[in-house]
Amino acid sequence: MIDPEQDDNRKRRRQGVFSIIGLTIAVMLGTLAVFTGSVAAQDPAATSAQVVAPVAAPVLKIDTGDTAWVLTSTALVLAMTMPGLALFYGGLVRSKNVLSTIMQSVVILCLVSLLWILVGYSLAFGPDKGGLIGGLEWMGLSGVGSEPHPVYGPTIPHQVFMLFQLMFAAITPALITGAVAERMKFSALLLFAALWSLVIYTPVAHWIWGGGWLGKMGALDFAGGAVVHISSGVSALVCAIILGKRKGHGADYMAPHNLPFTLLGTGLLWFGWFGFNAGSALGANGLAGSTFLATHAAAATAALVWMGVEWAHRGKPTVLGLASGAVAGLATVTPASGYIGPFSAIVIGVFAGILCYFAVVWKGRMGYDDSLDVVGIHGVGGVFGILATGLLASKAINAAGADGLLFGNAGQLGIQAIMVVAVALFSVVGTWVILKVVDAAVGLRVSPEDESTGLDLSQHNERAYS
Amino acid sequence: MKMIEAIVKPFKLDEVKDALLEMGVQGMTVTEVKGFGRQKGHKETYRGQEYTIEFVPKVKIEVAVTDAQMPRVIETITRAAKTGSIGDGKIFVRDLTAAVRIRTGETGETAL
Repeated sequence: MIDPEQDDNRKRRRQGVFSIIGLTIAVMLGTLAVFTGSVAAQDPAATSAQVVAPVAAPVLKIDTGDTAWVLTSTALVLAMTMPGLALFYGGLVRSKNVLSTIMQSVVILCLVSLLWILVGYSLAFGPDKGGLIGGLEWMGLSGVGSEPHPVYGPTIPHQVFMLFQLMFAAITPALITGAVAERMKFSALLLFAALWSLVIYTPVAHWIWGGGWLGKMGALDFAGGAVVHISSGVSALVCAIILGKRKGHGADYMAPHNLPFTLLGTGLLWFGWFGFNAGSALGANGLAGSTFLATHAAAATAALVWMGVEWAHRGKPTVLGLASGAVAGLATVTPASGYIGPFSAIVIGVFAGILCYFAVVWKGRMGYDDSLDVVGIHGVGGVFGILATGLLASKAINAAGADGLLFGNAGQLGIQAIMVVAVALFSVVGTWVILKVVDAAVGLRVSPEDESTGLDLSQHNERAYS
Repeated sequence: MKMIEAIVKPFKLDEVKDALLEMGVQGMTVTEVKGFGRQKGHKETYRGQEYTIEFVPKVKIEVAVTDAQMPRVIETITRAAKTGSIGDGKIFVRDLTAAVRIRTGETGETAL
């Protein structure tokens, strides 16, 4: 079973990859050490005292309720990635690939966590450079302490805000793994996730949430319809096309091997999404409550609608349909959740259930193998959700937002559309470039034999079920 | 001696086992198998992807019997496993050249 020559080449290539990764980490840590060393040499307290302004800077008071809620939400969003997404995706693949699927989500959580702390947060939320990206002033969390930031969570410690955002940064590339399930090389996935997180996620997060050009334009994305769902959904499409279809796609039996896992994952995703959306209110207050309500209403509605449409279309209601509908509803309502009331949320749920159902069913006609429907659910859901925000947002719900078309402000829809196009285009081009780089470095796909054996054994030497 | 191989519907296993024990057969080996004859499979749908599964789950019961027991065993299995609908299964008989009871070393019909 093991070809000695091939094994040798693999070992050599592996050593090469590890050397590169090790070297990169060493360089990063070295730079960091030098940088934080030089920053620590200054006294931050002294610096701010030097900026003697006639008007005293507002004293930001930490609110314990707000902080407790955002800390909890942070943990909730972590649970969405691990084990939520891990099991959701894990149950949908064949048993020979379940461990590799879970591994991809978990390792991305770990990798992005580290990158975010080292440099990602600074790039996404650091002091704005030309509306496009944050600076490196906060590299290594320099200057990010317990003191609240006036804009990013004025009543919670800055570090808590950073942590909350970390979980968003982690789950977004993990979503993409669904499109490349059962055929992507592990080393390629690691490299891809690291690059995508730094090169695609941080700029997009900066544009919309970090003081960049889209945020300044008034684009509304309460909890990540564009930052998370459109970016990952569109990137997933590029990945699915470039990687190509799974071997035997269309002919072999590739049904989910463990739907109970998938439903367990769905439960954790739904549970965690309250942290994702309601946590984005950054406070334990009425807005968090209304966001929670909108989130739940949309999820429940979309689940029922998807189930109903499938029942009519295919003759039987399926549990996978119910679960998929719920996730579609949750994804679609994400950008709007903090700006809408429950009935708008129900409307969004109805459209999410219908649109995403047909997006998934018609995927077959498009000819690409997005194994776990990242495009149909997150991509389509994200786009519709962002546009729906332009229709249904209301200042009566959230005065810090804006009114949508249905509340008399036609301009918002245009701004939302610009956000959709900008994020989608950037994600498509950026992902394409990253894939080419990764392909040149380590190759994207496993060999056909490894694909047949299954990734658990071929990539990880492990078997899930004995 | 004969090795009787009976492929029956899974839910009939207990009935067949009880009937065989009742008529004096001492033991058997059971495996879960899948197959098809004239019985059609089923359809599964996952997010719009439809699969036609031709294989039907069945249970294979193997009993080693004496030549004398063989006709009665076949009749017992048939009676217990029959439902009258397609997919009830089949019984095959092979010649058994030797048998050994591992614990005692007995051979031949006394080993059965």
